[in-house]
Amino acid sequence: MSIGVVIFPGSNCDRDVRWATEGCLGLPTKFLWHETTDLKGLDAVVLPGGFSYGDYLRCGAIARFAPVLQALLGFVDKGGKVLGICNGFQVLTELGLLPGALIRNRDLNFICKSVTLKVSSSRTKWLRNYNVNDQISLPIAHGEGRFHCSNDTLHKLEDTDSIALRYSSNPNGSTSDIAGITNVNGNVLGLMPHPERACDPQLGSIDGRTILKALMDT
Amino acid sequence: MPSFQATVVVSLRSSVLDPAGEATKSAAHRLGIKGIKKLRIGKAIDLEIEAANELEARRRLELLSDRLLANPVIEDWSLNLNHMVSPEPAEMS
Repeated sequence: MSIGVVIFPGSNCDRDVRWATEGCLGLPTKFLWHETTDLKGLDAVVLPGGFSYGDYLRCGAIARFAPVLQALLGFVDKGGKVLGICNGFQVLTELGLLPGALIRNRDLNFICKSVTLKVSSSRTKWLRNYNVNDQISLPIAHGEGRFHCSNDTLHKLEDTDSIALRYSSNPNGSTSDIAGITNVNGNVLGLMPHPERACDPQLGSIDGRTILKALMDT
Repeated sequence: MPSFQATVVVSLRSSVLDPAGEATKSAAHRLGIKGIKKLRIGKAIDLEIEAANELEARRRLELLSDRLLANPVIEDWSLNLNHMVSPEPAEMS
């Protein structure tokens, strides 16, 4: 069993994720080209950060039609774990696996810094080692990370305890300070922060390890 | 097969903050253009499509707009569709 990291044309965090899961955490990991539909033997699939298909039209809009993502729908139905980081989160919303959308930051700037996040739900395996309101520090790096959804969708997210992470200090104008959400089943997590960039003490934080370890946690 | 020319205009829903539009509106004021009350930025997609008739062309383009060109969570779209006039054959001299 292993983790699959999808490579789209334009992905640029695919190797960072593998370095974190395999190099820092010792979890068997392989790359998945975007044209494959073979997800056999995988515990989890990661959609990494970057600019899939140039982010043409909208972030994640073209990636939604990749063969690997059509296979991913069945994988998720069977309970397979999927983690979408940054551009991967954008792809998951375009694909309809997670609600809402990610749009241009409120202040138009590309934000690249470490931020403090509050755990909003420890319901799912991704964050079950934390208590609600625990704080973690992860880097963000995005120009289009403002989570937007309707009031109805926000209420549904709250009612189903599906808001995973919130910014302690909202950097981009996201609705309800949302930095990451899960689906109702809890096997899909999308977040704008980069856990793979916080797995080596030399990089200043190892707070990303918990989320990545959950990829192989049964 | 008849050809049609179409333009799909995609714009952010009015409930969605458009910071790029706000920044451009502010620049317009600096340029000295007075009276601009609202400025929202969207995108226009020009298409040419062959279809048996206008109804069929419209059906396909509406599907395209709904499923790909716009994200209904954040965007609205409108479609303008016209018959393409074939160029007059050049006169022989």
